[in-house]
Amino acid sequence: MLFSRRSMLRATSAIVGGAIALSSFGAQAADTIKVGVLHSLSGTMAISETTLKDVMLMLIEEQNKKGGVLGKKLEAVVVDPASNWPLFAEKARDLVAKEKVAAVFGCWTSSSRKSVLPVFEELNSILFYPVQYEGEESQRNVFYTGAAPNQQAIPAVDYLMSPEGGSVKRWVLAGTDYVYPRTTNKILEAYLKSKGVKTEDIMINYTPFGHSDWQTIVTDIKKFGSAGKKTAVVSTINGDANVPFYKELGNAGLKATDIPVVAFSVGEEELAGLDTKPLVGHLAAWNYFQSIDDTANKEFIAQWKAFTKNPKRVTNDPMEAHVIGFNMWIKALEKAGTTDTDAVIDAMVGVSVPNLTGGYSAMMPNHHITKPVLIGEIQADGQINTVWQTSGTVVAQEWSPYLEGSKDLISDWRKPLACGNFNVKTGKCGGKS
Amino acid sequence: MRMTRSIGAALGRAMAGLTRKAFTATLAVGLLGAALAPATVRADAGDDVLAKFATDRFPDTEKAIQDLAASGLATGPAMLDALGANQLYFDPASKSIYFTNAAGELIAARTGAKAEGVAQARLRKVRLNNSVRGAMQAAQGALSLMSPDPAKRLSGAESVFKSRDPASLPAVETALKAEKDTKVRRAFEQARAAVIASDKSQDELNRLEALDVIKERGDQDAASLLSTIAAANDGRVKSSAEDGARAIQSRLALWAHVQNIWYGLSLGSVLLLAAIGLAITFGVMGVINMAHGEMVMLGAYTTFVVQEWIRSHNPALFDYSLFIAIPLAFVFTGFIGVIIERCIIRFLYGRPLETLLATFGLSLMLQQAVRSMFGANNREVGAPAFMSGAFDFGPLAITSGRMWIIVFAITVFVGLLALLRLTPFGLRMRAVTQNRRMASAMGVDTNRVDALAFGLGSGIAGIAGVALSQIDNVSPNLGQSYIIDSFMVVVFGGVGNLWGTLVAALSLGVANKFLEPIAGAVLGKILLLVFIILFIQKRPRGLFALKGRSVEA
Repeated sequence: MLFSRRSMLRATSAIVGGAIALSSFGAQAADTIKVGVLHSLSGTMAISETTLKDVMLMLIEEQNKKGGVLGKKLEAVVVDPASNWPLFAEKARDLVAKEKVAAVFGCWTSSSRKSVLPVFEELNSILFYPVQYEGEESQRNVFYTGAAPNQQAIPAVDYLMSPEGGSVKRWVLAGTDYVYPRTTNKILEAYLKSKGVKTEDIMINYTPFGHSDWQTIVTDIKKFGSAGKKTAVVSTINGDANVPFYKELGNAGLKATDIPVVAFSVGEEELAGLDTKPLVGHLAAWNYFQSIDDTANKEFIAQWKAFTKNPKRVTNDPMEAHVIGFNMWIKALEKAGTTDTDAVIDAMVGVSVPNLTGGYSAMMPNHHITKPVLIGEIQADGQINTVWQTSGTVVAQEWSPYLEGSKDLISDWRKPLACGNFNVKTGKCGGKS
Repeated sequence: MRMTRSIGAALGRAMAGLTRKAFTATLAVGLLGAALAPATVRADAGDDVLAKFATDRFPDTEKAIQDLAASGLATGPAMLDALGANQLYFDPASKSIYFTNAAGELIAARTGAKAEGVAQARLRKVRLNNSVRGAMQAAQGALSLMSPDPAKRLSGAESVFKSRDPASLPAVETALKAEKDTKVRRAFEQARAAVIASDKSQDELNRLEALDVIKERGDQDAASLLSTIAAANDGRVKSSAEDGARAIQSRLALWAHVQNIWYGLSLGSVLLLAAIGLAITFGVMGVINMAHGEMVMLGAYTTFVVQEWIRSHNPALFDYSLFIAIPLAFVFTGFIGVIIERCIIRFLYGRPLETLLATFGLSLMLQQAVRSMFGANNREVGAPAFMSGAFDFGPLAITSGRMWIIVFAITVFVGLLALLRLTPFGLRMRAVTQNRRMASAMGVDTNRVDALAFGLGSGIAGIAGVALSQIDNVSPNLGQSYIIDSFMVVVFGGVGNLWGTLVAALSLGVANKFLEPIAGAVLGKILLLVFIILFIQKRPRGLFALKGRSVEA
């Protein structure tokens, strides 16, 4: 059953792809607006990115049912960069230069985003990036619909410090060894120290990608947590390493009521491959949970389950980011009345659309969006229930005020400033201080 | 008036239905509540207690749990269980509380009777967070101190040890007096000591005595408690607690080396499992098999399929799922291995570079095939009861899953060794690998032996996958993460030597675990790789090199 459906899907997309290639001179090409979907469908990142490709296909299909946009139908152009960072740049070039897409929705890891940035700048096109990231960036051609550190990491730490979150005094910052965890932990360390946490109360630990033997580290965490102060783990552990990490936590009997673990990269999708009963109460910080009790969200979940023909499929935060980004883009197209890149980039700023958590998200001049921050606890059924949330939405700080190099920088892409890294001290655009 | 009568009647019904277990539980609750008040008064207090659950604010819920434990309401323990399972509901309009029991029936918390005619859609769940959960566990712990089940009493004592709630002291003391089991008794004493030592209103001498009991416990939790007490007190209590914490920590530091060896053996056994199939295909047959990791992955997916089938057809068999999966995985991946050998590898013998490329391509194809069939997401493979949890061995906490994997790895190794040494097939296989032409001249069907040997290596990779599904992701990428490590082990141990593989796997595991705390996981792995490179420079044939003419063949 499963096989035939999936393979059909693949076969269809292959045929569609072939048809696109053949008809590039035909009349059809002129009648549609092409949307690039740049997500890995094979390799390590396929686990996370395939879902986002499906969401984009669903959103495009729904928009076409409503009659498309600017009187034209939308047409998805799906490519597979195969979890290979240089290939992301190649495929992005194909999409923009050959396929002439109006915008690209894609990337997951920061490495893949950094790889495509020069392409979008050179060919002047638009990228929507849907994943929470380390910040310290603002590009004219990129719209960041995922969370910046102050929209995820810092509120999570604040929550744990509060009496409700357990008044945590001692911190383990555990992450996978690459740019996102390193930068986030640097920001968090500076933030914790500014809140009076001493150096000896912070333990930082990095592990390689796909680390599978967590015995030593879990023991270290247990030991670090036995110093008589309430301890919590802030986890920026990414990808495949999470499952063995949580399995080890469960086996070692490290309960959330003793040492809670708050994760920034673990959502409903990652939990689907895990027995979550021993993990009940461990936390996740996101801007969206599937469990959100909201009409728009329930509609979206129903739509998603119908589209994938799988009643067990879950939704997660980066999916919501694509929903928001896509709706913003449609609004901006209508506002600009054209698909011309410069006009759309100008029209994007200030666009506001409903998010799936019962509020509105707006595109700010720094090309990041406003988001509510939710802290949730993992439940036995693999869902995450909200236990705390910010009262309104939070504006992204793409340049962290807690880092030496970036605290004087601001980003504002509106004219006349139109600068992604304006230094307020020197009054100049460009470069770190 | 009518109201009181109906409450009285309901309470009567509830009392009549009390079993022995519920009765002891109520007794414990009563003890917590200081004095046993007349039934009607208790019922009124119950209303106040329940109302707090209906505001659905975390601090209120926490207070409500404490009051509930103290109120002695007959439905208290069941309500706490329901709360823990996310099954406690309130009606926002009438502020009544309901819960669903194990049978899925909706019960009115007030009376303990089945709630008829309540629209479940209108009810809302009482939400939980970690501090509510903590309060709940403390209350449940105090309530289970009198449970007829010793395991429950033990975990109750653990909860009290952690919560150190002064209100549970009378219950602990009553339970201690009645306790016969020495192990549970000790846990009760420690729980009592934890409460007394943390309670500042207690007499100092009592507290110092209690600290000694905690010191005797001597584990990480005791050290943690002592440091907490040291931080919150001064004078003699502080210095005694500090000394105790320090003594425990330094003793644990010694044990940490033993623990490292254990962790190293555990990591080594995983490496051994992953590499042992490769020791046949690469080590003995000389085929550079890049698709080896995918055989491991297919074995893990076989486990997943077996468990899915068991879940939907015969859930009672779940604890045996791995035993069913092992032969199936062996046969399935072995069969795939034979097909691969017959269709691809046999045309490439003696051309290592082409073999490498062909098998690498094959590994990508297998990965994508699994991705198309099962999806790119991780699949959940559950742990049978005997493989979950941990037990204490002295001050070491040993996780059952890891221990069984060590046992399993050794069993597979011994089995394979026996197969090669004691069976006719093993004899033929060794003959072919030592001198193919001579073996052929002696009447051994070398083609058949090649195919079966490759099938054997693949099959063993498959059963390794069954074990690895217990500790790692079951995703299409599972194999990739083991292929490099597997080659590393086989090359380091000496190509063509099973004992070399065993020694290499275990020593690399132990070395890794001793480097990790010092150098960190990333640098530790790098150092190990550098060491292997240097070692191979010096001894290109690995730890146990095969000597003699066979090497040249």
